[in-house]
Amino acid sequence: MQSVLNAQAEPALHLKYLIVGTVVLCAIIWIMVMIVLAWSLLRAYRSPGEAAPETERRMGRVVLSAAAATVFVITGLTIASFYATGSLGRPESAPVTIKVRAQQWWWQFIYDEPDPAKAFQTANELHIPVGTDIRLELEAADVIHSFWVPSLTGKRDLIPGRRNVLILRADRPGIYRGQCAEFCGLQHSHMALFVIAEDNASFDRWAADQRSEARTPSDGEAVAGKAVFMAKPCAACHSIRGTEASGTTGPDLTHIASRQTIAAGLLDNTRGALAAWIADPQTLKPGNNMPMVPLSSNELRQITAYMDSLR
Amino acid sequence: MTGDAGLAEQRIFDLDEGELERRLSETWETPRGIWGALTTVDHKIIGRRYIITAFVFLILGGLLALAMRLQLAQPEARFIGPDRYNQIFTMHGSTMMFLFAVPVMEAMGVYLVPLMVGTRNIAFPRLNAFSYWIFLAGGLLLWIAFALDTAPDVGWFAYVPLSGPQFGAGKRADIWAQMITFTELSALAVAVEIVVTVFKQRAPGMSLDRIPLFVWAMLVTSFLIIMAMPAIMFASSSLILDRLVGTHFFNPAEGGDVLLWQHLFWFFGHPEVYIIFLPAVGMVSSIVSTFARRPLFGYLPLVMALISTAVLAFGLWVHHMFVVGLPQVGESFFTASSMTIAIPAGVQIFCWLATLWDGRPQFKTPFLFVIGFIVTFVIGGLTGVMVASVPFDTQVHDTYFVVAHFHYVLIGGAVFPLLGAIYYWFPKMTGHMMSETLGRFAFALIFIGFNMTFFPMHILGLEGMPRRIYTYQPEMPWAGMNLFVSASALVLASGFFIFFVDVLRSARSGAPAGANPWGASTLEWATSSPPACFNFARIPVVAARDPLWSEPDELTVATGLRTDRRELIVSSLVEAQAEARESSPRNSIWPLLSAIATTIMLIWSIFSPWAVVWGSIPIAIALIGWFWPKQVPEDES
Repeated sequence: MQSVLNAQAEPALHLKYLIVGTVVLCAIIWIMVMIVLAWSLLRAYRSPGEAAPETERRMGRVVLSAAAATVFVITGLTIASFYATGSLGRPESAPVTIKVRAQQWWWQFIYDEPDPAKAFQTANELHIPVGTDIRLELEAADVIHSFWVPSLTGKRDLIPGRRNVLILRADRPGIYRGQCAEFCGLQHSHMALFVIAEDNASFDRWAADQRSEARTPSDGEAVAGKAVFMAKPCAACHSIRGTEASGTTGPDLTHIASRQTIAAGLLDNTRGALAAWIADPQTLKPGNNMPMVPLSSNELRQITAYMDSLR
Repeated sequence: MTGDAGLAEQRIFDLDEGELERRLSETWETPRGIWGALTTVDHKIIGRRYIITAFVFLILGGLLALAMRLQLAQPEARFIGPDRYNQIFTMHGSTMMFLFAVPVMEAMGVYLVPLMVGTRNIAFPRLNAFSYWIFLAGGLLLWIAFALDTAPDVGWFAYVPLSGPQFGAGKRADIWAQMITFTELSALAVAVEIVVTVFKQRAPGMSLDRIPLFVWAMLVTSFLIIMAMPAIMFASSSLILDRLVGTHFFNPAEGGDVLLWQHLFWFFGHPEVYIIFLPAVGMVSSIVSTFARRPLFGYLPLVMALISTAVLAFGLWVHHMFVVGLPQVGESFFTASSMTIAIPAGVQIFCWLATLWDGRPQFKTPFLFVIGFIVTFVIGGLTGVMVASVPFDTQVHDTYFVVAHFHYVLIGGAVFPLLGAIYYWFPKMTGHMMSETLGRFAFALIFIGFNMTFFPMHILGLEGMPRRIYTYQPEMPWAGMNLFVSASALVLASGFFIFFVDVLRSARSGAPAGANPWGASTLEWATSSPPACFNFARIPVVAARDPLWSEPDELTVATGLRTDRRELIVSSLVEAQAEARESSPRNSIWPLLSAIATTIMLIWSIFSPWAVVWGSIPIAIALIGWFWPKQVPEDES
């Protein structure tokens, strides 16, 4: 699923052709060198003696031709490389812009709109419309990270103090896994993301859902859970639009129940996993920035119910 | 000092061989016991010690690799937590690069270059002693920190801001940066010694076009070190300043630049690869020529390839940064320059193949390692061409593909030749042969184990496995291959185990070697095995590129050096005509004391900037002791 060879979009396909073509060419070169090596080692031993000037000259010509062939191959590969670079997408043509802010150790996706009331953000799951060039503006909140979804296109770093741009497109609907590729500290291993490509109608529906404020829970357990959430330190780090929770250090939880995984791809988003995560995030993902908040089992159940209601 | 006339006097003409050697021994001997060990300036003793220390670090770094493979053998394994794992992979990279690969190549140069150019000691022998002690101190600093669970955990590349004051808490990154400073000092000192030894101490007649290729390789490498090190010196000093006194070289919030670190680091870090690789190339040339029983084909192209590789090495550091978002024109330039380096590499391979083609190869263990080198290094070189391409690199950068690539280059391209070189020169260093049987076993296990371990990593990388992850989830399709790789690592390790067993066994009880067991052509084989403390009783005069083959019976010798004090011949740069006699320093404790004083200052400065002020006082005292003028017996002429 997260494979260079499983190309699902045009840029990744071009990269795949380049990679496979180069590998095949290089394999042929390697085999040729090995044949020469084996041949020279197995050659019948001739009588020792002075190296004949004639042999010396002939070998000189062979070495020179081999060097010339090297130059030729290198030039060809360089041109192929430039050509493939050209096919990686043109930033100016992208109709949709999404801001990606990488943090230790999760992904923040900000869907900015000219009208701030329509802007929203989500975490670790990037929904995009199929068949459209998306302009990703890449920023890092703390250290260097690298955005990489190999089935769609090559990676690009997110660097503090700089803004990089990556053009992303998916030609088929689907869920594409990606992962941070630049070492970013303790939980670099658990910093996955999913690109969810949908047709325009589903994408618009999803975006409309995300734009809305969090639902007020109706179920009693969830209502109690909301109260616990607001009373405990949770609200200091997480935002839930439509409530007083407006922390910015952790992921926005407004529609957390609509996501498929939690903790940057570590766990499936089920009530059980949520409970396990909230009860003890440090054992599941040691060193991450979510502290262990002491909760009674009742409170834990209530909070999970509340999270589950945030669709 | 006297000129040519002095040499013609032939002061030792009237001495018979035994008497001459007795007198030279008296002058050059290192005293036995602990005092002698601490004060020696003999390049052979220091070189051997340096090589052994570097190999100990190889073992330690290898054990760390096995620990990582244990953790990665299964998804979501819990043998090693993320904190310890990050320390381990940082220690593995730092140890292998800074404490094994570069030092061991320099150590081989320290041991071999003076013998191969026919002189009695390396230039600046006390500096040589100092550079070993300082290297040892840097290595101990790092490993003691690891034992105390405060080893650096930000990778051997230590990218800011992760290694900076905001994110790298504690003293871990400081320890890394100071360890770098130790190795810089040590490496620079050795590089200077080798340059001067090669340029000014060659045996009479060893003109530039008669220098053995290993010596050429060490010379070019030394220039690489001298030119690349300032970049990392600036980088590590800036990092220490950022962390210790609050400067903002790398802090974007205060106008610093995160990418500055990467540019500085790779401007050093890429040539570093060739600092490791070029000496290996020199070793291969020596071994190929000896075991093909034929002078090397293409001496001049091989030398030109060494030099052009070194020049190009400085023009392609950006290929480590293809995904940081640099302007496309720049990326194109660095793609082209990175690919160009395949041309000198190819020329070298072709010249060796031509040498083999026309030779009559003897399949002894050192030669087997050279064959293994050609097989694997060509793969590493070709994958190097692949990652030089920007679009290719955007997919494989920071994945296991790159891990596979550089292990092919570093193990296949440098460690294989090094192991061959150990088998090749071990008889010279110890007077004993290593076991041919164990050698073949070791080679087979290492070669097969290496390919089984690292080849699948290419595929893992293409399947999307990033580097530097301490675990992965069972959903990822990597588990089977990781288990295979981990099991193969044990095969590789067992090969190394046999190698070390063979070394230890042979050092005591290997068959006696004799002066020239392989029938090789270069000067180090013209003296006894192991060489006497004075290297050569009479300095040979060189009249050909392969002196021991062109004058198999008796080398012409230069005479005229005094026996009652340490003297060596200083020769001219190009033609190596004897120009003067120069005295070489005697044993001294001051290099060790200077190294201790420097160590105190460098370690203290991890904790307080004032260490630089107060710590320099003992260093100054030690240096005064070092350079205190001594009474040298006057030359009677």
